[in-house]
Parts: sequence; structure tokens; C-alpha cells
Amino acid sequence: MKVLEDVGRGTVNAFAYAGGAAELLGDALRFIVGFRIRLRETLDQAYLLGVQSVSIVVLTSLFTGMVFSLESAVQAVQYGVGNLVGGAVAFSSARELGPMLSAVVVAGRTGAAIAAELGSMVVTEQVEALQALGLSPTRMLVVPRLVALLLMLPLLTILADIVSIIGGMWVAGIYAHISQESFINSARQALVFDDVLKGLLKSVVFAAIIAIIGAYQGLQTRGGAAGVGKATTGAVVTSIILIFIFNFTLSYVLFGTS
Amino acid sequence: MAVWARLDDVCVRYGNKIVMQNLSLDIVEGAITCIIGLSGAGKSTILRLINGLKKPDSGRVFVKGEDITEMRERDLIDLRRTIGFAFQFSALFDSLSVGENIALPLREHTKMKDAEIRKIVGETLETVGLANVEDRFPAELSGGMVKRAGFARAVVTNPQAVLYDEPTTGLDPIITHVLTETIVKLQERLNGTAVVVSHDLESIYLMADYIAMLFEGAIVAYGTVDEIRKSPNPIVQQFLQGSEVGPIPI
Repeated sequence: MKVLEDVGRGTVNAFAYAGGAAELLGDALRFIVGFRIRLRETLDQAYLLGVQSVSIVVLTSLFTGMVFSLESAVQAVQYGVGNLVGGAVAFSSARELGPMLSAVVVAGRTGAAIAAELGSMVVTEQVEALQALGLSPTRMLVVPRLVALLLMLPLLTILADIVSIIGGMWVAGIYAHISQESFINSARQALVFDDVLKGLLKSVVFAAIIAIIGAYQGLQTRGGAAGVGKATTGAVVTSIILIFIFNFTLSYVLFGTS
Repeated sequence: MAVWARLDDVCVRYGNKIVMQNLSLDIVEGAITCIIGLSGAGKSTILRLINGLKKPDSGRVFVKGEDITEMRERDLIDLRRTIGFAFQFSALFDSLSVGENIALPLREHTKMKDAEIRKIVGETLETVGLANVEDRFPAELSGGMVKRAGFARAVVTNPQAVLYDEPTTGLDPIITHVLTETIVKLQERLNGTAVVVSHDLESIYLMADYIAMLFEGAIVAYGTVDEIRKSPNPIVQQFLQGSEVGPIPI
């Protein structure tokens, strides 16, 4: 019976969580559609959440592009299809690696930062102070972070796409002696603009997940420093799980079997 | 005596714990009402009920004769703009300077020009005894200064009432005295109502027009300072004397 109770309670909590996060997203979108956006705060957040993530996104995508090329280029040359390596790296970077990698990295860095900052504001009564001043915490705190990430994550994704392709090209040249020209020609043939666009559409969805889950976890914080730690961990874990689930779903819907 | 706010038969629970049970209390308009009681008795909850930050599980809350219990959030926001709230730990926004903290409600709720806002912020800070701290951040101020900055933010829009949550807790006697006088001065300046939650009996005797004592979820005593000090209620006397012996369980 206890197992059934636990399952029941877990299910109810999961629906309550999903409902709460969806309500927060709805509230935030209402402010965005009404253009009730705090511009200065949004630009500050774009710098903090986006620009400051550039180095970590560049590093992770560079090495992932390099390792992808390392694993595939030598094999491809052995089978006589070395001219396809550029296409494979570019294709996978634009569709999967770029959007996924940048989203996971940003979720770890930025999702945690959003949850920790808002959680600290809850436990020090700053969120309640906003309400007491007749101000909406959603408009003041959530909307700037959401808009900043919606703008910055696609840009970071483009950067990740480019850097991973460059990393892949460099390694393909060194270890499989595939010329830059051959690599770029292959990439041009395999990659269509539609792939890049759909990859960017994914990154917009991932940005919304990271911002809303981070903010929701932060605003739900209870119980001092321990609560802030729990909210931060919860934000990162939940965001990453949702990014993986949505990535599969979006790939299925957007790309199908193409 | 006009009533500014009324709690009528209010019950509040946090989980299984009953914090208020059939509590009724009138807050007199234009006066300073102090609420006393044991730690964790629910005094701060009364303030949150009055400005709609907390909804009662049952009973009704009226402000200026209007029932706010079922009020929509949009209307509650309008209500809160007319009520200042000074938090126990001030709750200043640590990412903003003191000046920006105090200017925030003016920037968000009015169409005032920057110069006008700066002037009002400076004047309000002077009223609470803080000058030239606009550009400093909350982390750079002492405990007493942070409290006063919190008062300034609560009164900068000239609200009809100000709610103070433990305004002198944890401060030295001199700062406590300064803050108590500041509360009286602000109440006179605003010509409004003040509700103060505090344990600090010396301060309460100095500023209160009325005192209400909260015990086990209900108001057990209400009256002027003299009436409360002379109250025959053994609960009130034990609390005022800080005695371990009496009906209040330790």
C-alpha cells in the first residue's frame, strides 16, 4: 500500500509541478506579448546569462566537434568515404550537437544561477517585498531572464555549430588528411539552411525550459540555505532531463526520418 | 474611532499547525497599533493578512471597509500600493543601490521624471536620518541603516498605512530608540495608520496608541498602553514581566 501511496503522491506532485511551471510560463508570456519588458534588466541578464556563457560553450563544442571528427574521419577514410566527413560533422552539429550541447551547458551554468538567485531572494523576503510594493515577481524577475535566454541561446547555438565544425575540420585534417576544401564542400552539400533553422528552433524551446524551470524552482524555495541548494540542484536536473525529452520529441517532429 | 482594517473570525493554518483560530481584531485609523506575543505566535502573519500577501483559511479581512479576502490579484496589487511594508530584515534588493531600492516603487507606479524621483528619494532618506547613502549598496550599510532604508522604501509613496515587522529586533538600545522615534515621526508625517509587530516593550510603550496581545491563535488583550500595563490578565502580566512562572507554557 505504501508503494501505491508513494506513486500516487509522486504523480500528483509531478502534475502540480508541471501545472505551476506552465502557469509561470503563461504569466511571463502575457507580459512579453503586452511588451511589459524591463529593457535594462533584460540586457543585464543577456550579458550575465548569455555573454558570460560564451567561453564554456566554445570549449565544450570545440572538443565535441573534434572528438566526433576523430572517431569518424579515420574510419571514413579507410572505407573510402573521407569526402563525407565534413557533411557528417556539419549535419550533426546543426541538428543535434549545437542545440543540445549549448543547452545542457547553459542549463548547468545559467539554470543553476537563476534558481540560486531567485531562491536567495525568496528566503531573504525580497520576492515578498516586490509583492508588498505592488510589483509582480514574474514581470520583475522572470521575464528579463526568459527574454534574455530566448535571445542568447540561439546565438550561442550558432556559435557552437560553427566552433564544432571548425574543431572537426581541424582534427579531420590532422588525423585523416582530409583537406579543408573537401571538408567544407562536403559540409555545404550535406547541410541545408532548414537544418540550421530547425536547430535554432530547438534552442528557443530549450531556452524557455532553462529559464522557466530555474525561475520556478527558485521561486518555490523554502527553508533557508539548504532550500536554495535543493532548488539549484533541482533546476539543473529537471532542465537537463526535459531538454533530452524535448530534443527527441522535436527531432522526431521536425526532422522525422529525413 | 474609525476602523482602518478589520480581521473578522480569521483562521490560519500552516500545514497541521493552527496559527490563528477565530481571531478578530480592529486596527484604528490614524493610530499606531502594536501587536505583541510570543515568537512564532503568528504576529507577522497578521501583517501579511492585512496587505493580502496571505489569505486566511476562513474568516474575512477588511481594509477601509472593503473585503479583501476574495479580491483578485490585480486589485490586491492596487491595495498594496497604498500600504507600506517594512520587513523584519528590510528585504532591500541587494542588486540595487539604496537609492534605486527606494526609487523602485516611484519608477514603477508613477510617471515622475528622474530628477523628481531623485529629489523625493533624498528627502525620504533624510526623514529617516540617512543622508548621502543613495549610491551605496545594502551590504555596505550597518544593521540600523538597513532598517531605516527599509522604512524609507516603505513610506516613499506616502502610503495610507505602514506595516512594520519587528522593526527594532537585534539592534542596540540607541538605534532602537532612534528607530522608534522614526516610526512616530513617519506616522505623523503621513498622518496615517501604523501597525507594528514587536517584542520590544520599551519601544512599544513609547510609540503605541493601542496594543493587542496575540496568544494561542487569538487576541487575549487589547487596549491603550496603560490599560495593557494594568491588565489583570495573567497571560499579559507574565509576558510583560518576562516571567517563567504563569499560564504561558515555556
